[in-house]
Amino acid sequence: MDFSIIDWQPIWITLKLAATTVSVLLLIGTPVAWWLAHTPSRARVWVEAVVALPLVLPPTVLGFYLLIALGANGVIGGPFQSVTGSSLAFSFAGLVIASTLYSFPFVVQPLQGAFEAAGKTYLEAAWSLRASKWDAFLSVASPMAVRGYLTATVLGFAHTLGEFGVVLMVGGNIPGKTKVVSIAIYDHVEALEYSQAHWLSGGLLLFSFIVLLIVYAFNRRLPVHVS
Amino acid sequence: MSTIQSWFRIQYKQFHLDTELEFPDEGVTVVFGRSGSGKTTLLRCLAGLERSPTGYMRFGDSVWQDESQNKFVPVHRRPIGMVFQEARLFPHLTVRDNLNYGYRRITPDHRKITFGQVADLMDLHPLLERRPQKLSGGEQQRVAIGRALLTSPRLLLLDEPLANLDAQRKQDILPFLIRLRKEMKLPIVYVTHSLGEVLQLVDTLILLQEGKSVATGPANEVLSRLDLAGKTGPSTVGSVLTTTVAGHETEFGLTRVQYRDQSLYIPEQPLEVGSPLRVHLLAQDISIALGKSETPTSVLNLLPATILEIGPTDPKGSSVNLKLDVGEPILATITRKSLAHLKLKPGMQVYATVKAVKMVHEIEGY
Repeated sequence: MDFSIIDWQPIWITLKLAATTVSVLLLIGTPVAWWLAHTPSRARVWVEAVVALPLVLPPTVLGFYLLIALGANGVIGGPFQSVTGSSLAFSFAGLVIASTLYSFPFVVQPLQGAFEAAGKTYLEAAWSLRASKWDAFLSVASPMAVRGYLTATVLGFAHTLGEFGVVLMVGGNIPGKTKVVSIAIYDHVEALEYSQAHWLSGGLLLFSFIVLLIVYAFNRRLPVHVS
Repeated sequence: MSTIQSWFRIQYKQFHLDTELEFPDEGVTVVFGRSGSGKTTLLRCLAGLERSPTGYMRFGDSVWQDESQNKFVPVHRRPIGMVFQEARLFPHLTVRDNLNYGYRRITPDHRKITFGQVADLMDLHPLLERRPQKLSGGEQQRVAIGRALLTSPRLLLLDEPLANLDAQRKQDILPFLIRLRKEMKLPIVYVTHSLGEVLQLVDTLILLQEGKSVATGPANEVLSRLDLAGKTGPSTVGSVLTTTVAGHETEFGLTRVQYRDQSLYIPEQPLEVGSPLRVHLLAQDISIALGKSETPTSVLNLLPATILEIGPTDPKGSSVNLKLDVGEPILATITRKSLAHLKLKPGMQVYATVKAVKMVHEIEGY
């Protein structure tokens, strides 16, 4: 087999992007999901609707607004450029911001569901057993939400692997910097390099399938059934 | 005597709680009321799980809540043990780890009871390595009580711990609660809608109705108040007598118990002479005779009594409640016809007859 025709760079960038995005998403998504699961506030439905927007918007719409926001004169890109001297648009950091927003509901919704299923009752039990709120979150709520975390991680990762429109709008197509697998495939097809397109597409298909298979198999074996 | 004192006002959409209470911080205090009377909310206020905006709570010398001073001790800093209606065992931990959860979170010098002692008391040894999901309802509740005890609480709060259990399981747990009351000097607040299950335990009774406390006091005092008869439900109208086992008449299958200078026959109990026993006298099982009849009677228990009070008569109903003094106050339900026929008046000397076989509500020593 001739592996030399495979361009490894987009694969590496894609994996790095997905891993970074999921890490950021878990950090930001956990408090948001926690708040959504427990708040009595009326603002909740508004936040839920905003979080779900990427599910229905065409990626180009999200990408277009992000391009403007991340640009040299944008609300995010402007301050970033004046502090760091470099542009956010067409950079890896810009891609991370874009994919974080784009995959936000895929992480927040499973976490919110898991926190809601565990409910407040076990937390109250933990507090009555001398656990502070933070302690109860770490020792009771988090382990009980382990399935939610697993689902959130996999969906966030897989969704980032598969994104195309937003990346194209925000990241452009800079080899070695922002060119991810999905765009590389598009380029290969455009150039009629079908064998390279086959290698990348088949690889992505196989990888996604194996990851999902492992997750579903593992999920069944987890000891915690909340509902 | 040291007490627990509190006042809470909480307004929800469907119901409100508005109570001022003071009760002894020893023995078992039962909070009794129908569903929706606010008893669980009251318990959650005592625990600190709900916060009444103008509330106050003092446990002995320590103030846990005083909103006028902007003081509120959060739940996890209160030395309480809480047992919920559903056991709420952590599903991701084994029974052993559930028990250790609170135990590990208190400093060793605050541990007044060991893991082994609790496991013995609640008979948990065979369950330790199991998951909560694999336990029966009764076993789960025993673990939950054990888990709360292992935090060495100074106050134990029980929210209908038997409500989700069938009659058999209730009988499985009750001896453990009786043992708990006997062996640990731990004040217990016990919320229930079923008085029958706690008659062997109760010392102080708080009656809650539509968010307000309508009576607080020693159990028998509250139970034998005529104005409250009926509020506790027909099967519990009556009184609780604390007696001592005086002797057995095995050939007849009877046990003689004593209170003050009176004695009563009850079905034989497997208890040693001298052990304490509570008997429940249902008002419907007590009738009145004007004098000791010359005619021989099959009734064994005939107590000299003074009529203290005659309850309100309902023109539509056929019966009326009387309060009698037989050394202790007790209630009797008779027909209105008998009341008129015997011309009963407060102050009259009569005899109360008690059908022995119906006398004991729960047959456990306490």
